[in-house]
Amino acid sequence: MTSVGTGYDLSVSTYSPDGRLFQVEYAGKAVDNSGTTIGIRTKDGVVLAVEKIIPTKLEVPGSNKRIFSIDKHIGFASSGWMPDVKGLVARAREEAWEYQKLYKVPTPSKILAERIGMYIQAYTLYSSVRPFGAMPIMASVDKDGPQLYMFETSGAYYGYRGCATGKAKQLARTELEKLDIDSLSIRDAIKEAARIIYTVHDDSKDKLFELELAWVSQESGNVFSKVPQDIFDEAVQYAKRANDDDSDDDDDL
Amino acid sequence: MSSSLLLSKKNSDVTENGTYKHTTSPIVTGTSVLALKYKDGVMMASDCLASYGSLARFRNVRRLQPIGTHTILGASGEISDFQFIQNQFEGLMLKEHVEDGQKLETSSIYRYLSNVMYGRRSKVDPLWNKYIVAGVEPSKNNNIFLGFVDLYGTTYQSSVMATGFGAHIALPIMRKYAEPRADSLTEEEASKILDDCMRVLYYRDARSFNKIQKAKVTAQGVEISEPYSLSTNWDFAESIIGYGS
Repeated sequence: MTSVGTGYDLSVSTYSPDGRLFQVEYAGKAVDNSGTTIGIRTKDGVVLAVEKIIPTKLEVPGSNKRIFSIDKHIGFASSGWMPDVKGLVARAREEAWEYQKLYKVPTPSKILAERIGMYIQAYTLYSSVRPFGAMPIMASVDKDGPQLYMFETSGAYYGYRGCATGKAKQLARTELEKLDIDSLSIRDAIKEAARIIYTVHDDSKDKLFELELAWVSQESGNVFSKVPQDIFDEAVQYAKRANDDDSDDDDDL
Repeated sequence: MSSSLLLSKKNSDVTENGTYKHTTSPIVTGTSVLALKYKDGVMMASDCLASYGSLARFRNVRRLQPIGTHTILGASGEISDFQFIQNQFEGLMLKEHVEDGQKLETSSIYRYLSNVMYGRRSKVDPLWNKYIVAGVEPSKNNNIFLGFVDLYGTTYQSSVMATGFGAHIALPIMRKYAEPRADSLTEEEASKILDDCMRVLYYRDARSFNKIQKAKVTAQGVEISEPYSLSTNWDFAESIIGYGS
């Protein structure tokens, strides 16, 4: 890292001579240390999947979730520092509720995304604060249909049909690009999301992981919720089978 | 603090001697809510009227509100206070929309509401309502719950329940036909008893209306009917003598 020792990486309020904010980039590195998170937006819904890395066998299965509901129709999944993720989740919930209280309509995700983006951005302006070490992916279905946003550590955010963050984001993005997302049904998207998480998981680096799947779609009543157990099991089965086939191919070579 | 200073804050609630004046009577009100337990759950009825004094001001008001999946809240009294409570619950239920395997059930909703009501009356600023909370609790072996709370924070639970004028007119009818058979009453029978009670109330209660709604909670969840009209028969009116005729 060429930035180290130059003195331009000590504060977010200082640009480097070539116009970069090293602290913001370091926050991105922090995100790359945690499990992979992906999102897929189909025409009838959105699915979020997380590779939750388990640091110890002593952890109770299903605890320390990385997927959070924000409003009835909005959810977050995030790679990065857990406390930072939770901070953003708390803020997002507050924003969503305040909006709904004021305007008496479900919070449009476009507006919530803007507010979350500006909130993250505000933490890149002062030497007294540290940028968020988190890149949340936001899923929702609102009056404009299914929506998927991903926030960067700079506060920049974009809408996606498929996006990935965390440890294996490059590999996951390559896998996402191979999909024909426009013609994918939400049920198939869940399977593919599970498959991608199983594919990108690196057994040699982290032995234990837990797959988390959540969706918001017409089928879930436009409510952001955990993927039901039967659909979840089906997706895991599909993911495991697809990966077994792949390794069989490798053996043939 | 001198009274003039208080007045200069332009707080219209503050009287000249520095005391506060809170709500001392309701303005826009809903009349009776009735509820009874039956074989499969609990059923509730109310009309769709919000009166402004004796004026039938708003005739399409829904006073039965689902809270979560297995609870309904029926409100009589000040409609604006009911709307405030609806907002409170909207926020509460949103906070509860996290998947931790826990669900807020009827008895907890009832406890929350009765604490709010008692808290407000203790501030001498009561919410001018009488509420009936009804539901089925899946985590407690589908326990059927029916509870009452009023503006003083008074609470009680019973298998038949009525607020307002209904407590005088409909409650004796429900006590006779519904209460002794709460465990065996079918849905049709429960529905008929409530319709009959609402009809009697429409004849007798000058603040009532014949457009009503009925709601039920069973183990399957909440079902609230669309507003419908009760049949009435006013033939007897011709034979009434007096009242200016």
